[in-house]
Amino acid sequence: MTSRFDADQHGWFGGAGAFGGRFMPEALIAALDELDTAWEKAMADPSFGHEFEQLLQNYAGVPSMLYDAHRLSEVAGARILLKREDLNHTGAHKIRNVLGQALLTKRMGKTRVIAETGAGQHGVASATAAAYLGLDCTVYMGEVDTERQALNVARMQLLGAEVVPVKSGSRTLKDAINEALRDWVASVDHTAYLFGTAAGPHPFPSLVLSFVRGIGDEARQQCLDLTGALPDAIAACVGGGSNAIGLFAGFIDDPEVDIYGFEAGGDGVESGRHAATIFAGSIGVLHGARTFVLQDDDGQTVESHSISAGLDYPGVGPQHAALSAGGRATYLPVTDAEAMDAMALLAKTEGIIPAIESAHAVAGTLKVAKERPGQTLLVNLSGRGDKDMGTALEYFGLGRADAEQPPGEGVEA
Amino acid sequence: MSSSTAFEKARADDRAALVGYLPAGFPDVDGSIAALKVMVEAGCDVIEIGLPYSDPVMDGPTIQTAAQQALDAGVRTTDVLRVVEAVAATGTPTLVMTYWNPVERYGVERFAADLASAGGAGLITPDLTPDFAPEWIAAADERDLDKVFLVAPSSTDERIAMTTAACRGFVYATAVMGVTGARASTSELAGPLVARTKAAAAQSAPGLPVGVGLGVSNGAQAAEIAAYADGVIVGSAFVRTLLDHPGDIEAGCRALGALTEDLAGGVRS
Repeated sequence: MTSRFDADQHGWFGGAGAFGGRFMPEALIAALDELDTAWEKAMADPSFGHEFEQLLQNYAGVPSMLYDAHRLSEVAGARILLKREDLNHTGAHKIRNVLGQALLTKRMGKTRVIAETGAGQHGVASATAAAYLGLDCTVYMGEVDTERQALNVARMQLLGAEVVPVKSGSRTLKDAINEALRDWVASVDHTAYLFGTAAGPHPFPSLVLSFVRGIGDEARQQCLDLTGALPDAIAACVGGGSNAIGLFAGFIDDPEVDIYGFEAGGDGVESGRHAATIFAGSIGVLHGARTFVLQDDDGQTVESHSISAGLDYPGVGPQHAALSAGGRATYLPVTDAEAMDAMALLAKTEGIIPAIESAHAVAGTLKVAKERPGQTLLVNLSGRGDKDMGTALEYFGLGRADAEQPPGEGVEA
Repeated sequence: MSSSTAFEKARADDRAALVGYLPAGFPDVDGSIAALKVMVEAGCDVIEIGLPYSDPVMDGPTIQTAAQQALDAGVRTTDVLRVVEAVAATGTPTLVMTYWNPVERYGVERFAADLASAGGAGLITPDLTPDFAPEWIAAADERDLDKVFLVAPSSTDERIAMTTAACRGFVYATAVMGVTGARASTSELAGPLVARTKAAAAQSAPGLPVGVGLGVSNGAQAAEIAAYADGVIVGSAFVRTLLDHPGDIEAGCRALGALTEDLAGGVRS
């Protein structure tokens, strides 16, 4: 495992003062330093790497397969390869990150973990890792998200975690992060914060990357084995950006591979109701890092919107900000409608129901495919759609005799 | 005017200084000016004006509720500067307590210039530590503005030394590991932290006052802290007093005056 690919010692990406850093209360600096030191030592210890890899293989079902999506490719007019992170234990790439962080927590001698979650995937993964390793677990979740992801709330509770609905602010992911940080300030002596994405203060962006970069490393080798060549382009959805940075890391030094990140365009960027942070945001500081932020003229965070709770976040990991500013990766918005159409299309053509987050990546790739006929496009299918069936039911009018349209009608080919 | 002048005056009286906090624009802009003036008249030596922010990770529910009310009512950064100007005109050192992003968005140079023009003493920055503050430090130094950074019970001696060396005005010692909010008893962590901070300041910033905040809500607690600290910082208790008088700023100000007098008595006992 490589520990980081382009942060300096203070956590800056893209040069000192550009993106990242550590804008945090002094009370938490010691904990962040402790985490940084423990992580660096762990990464240098072959036994930690071995334990992590064994856990991924024997418990999480990693490496996930690379799937040649023939029927989707026929529709797209390009060869689409899907990195099947949806097949991992707990149904998403998130399990890689939390197993790494939870192992680190044990190593640091702490007994409790806290986490924030939007869609619930990170919460479920955290509750799972905590159960597996015998750690107490509290998960903060915006009240709005507890309602639209009720099934995942039940999963976390069954796994033994306490789920705390956050009623402040917009009652979504960003407020869950605020509340988790407040808990951490008061409990840092025995509690680790399992940060759910590649955002936040240093060292979280680098640390999370170190645990999820297997996505890209595996995908790169699997693509070479399958096709004899690297893909022409790779794509992933970007909320905070952990699945995307994991994939991108494997190809960052392959300049011939184009990199696409697809953000939540919500009702359309022009509507103002979206979560396209890089495409339509501006540089600011949120949750401990300088990055792109959805904010008003006074620097107040603007509420984001996405049909996908997992992408409904007004910030983004600082590595993505640096990749965008440096021109290495291209970030484009995908609307709610485009994502839902792609969800239905993938279900009907391949028998795979993706998470709505991942459907954003598929939808964006279908658009890219039109400009790159016949090329090979590798997409990270970051999670499965079970958790999103409530949203799908409502969106498509499924299972209702009085539904205005039958399931899947109107799906663009 | 640097807040250090108020601390020197209190020190000359052989007492601690009382530092009082309210968010600007709560319950509204004029109401916050009136309330802060009451706090000045009733015995606050230094005033902290909070810049309401959408994501206040260091604040508990009391201050967040008040800040959100101000934001919902449309308070802008320019309104905060207007409140600073009105309170600073009383001659009491007036600082802004702000999370970093609104300053960065306003423009660090522009904010420093406008704060100085308004008569503000400087900034307290709960999510900005000196090692990530080169731009603010340069802008503040150019205008002799106070740079009040925080130390915490979890801070290493090295970080406390680095922080006190970067401070101007005073250093803010967070008495508890936790967010803002009144507490029933004072923290046992405060005393050792103040001692460590004073020891560091003696080396790096001789004479730098140490203020203690987070949790103080009455005169007795203030007296306890005043026994070993140079300043007692009170926020949530003032905010709570106004929250308890919704829609009645006059009654709120009367209660605020009484609380201030109790706390001011505490720092003198």
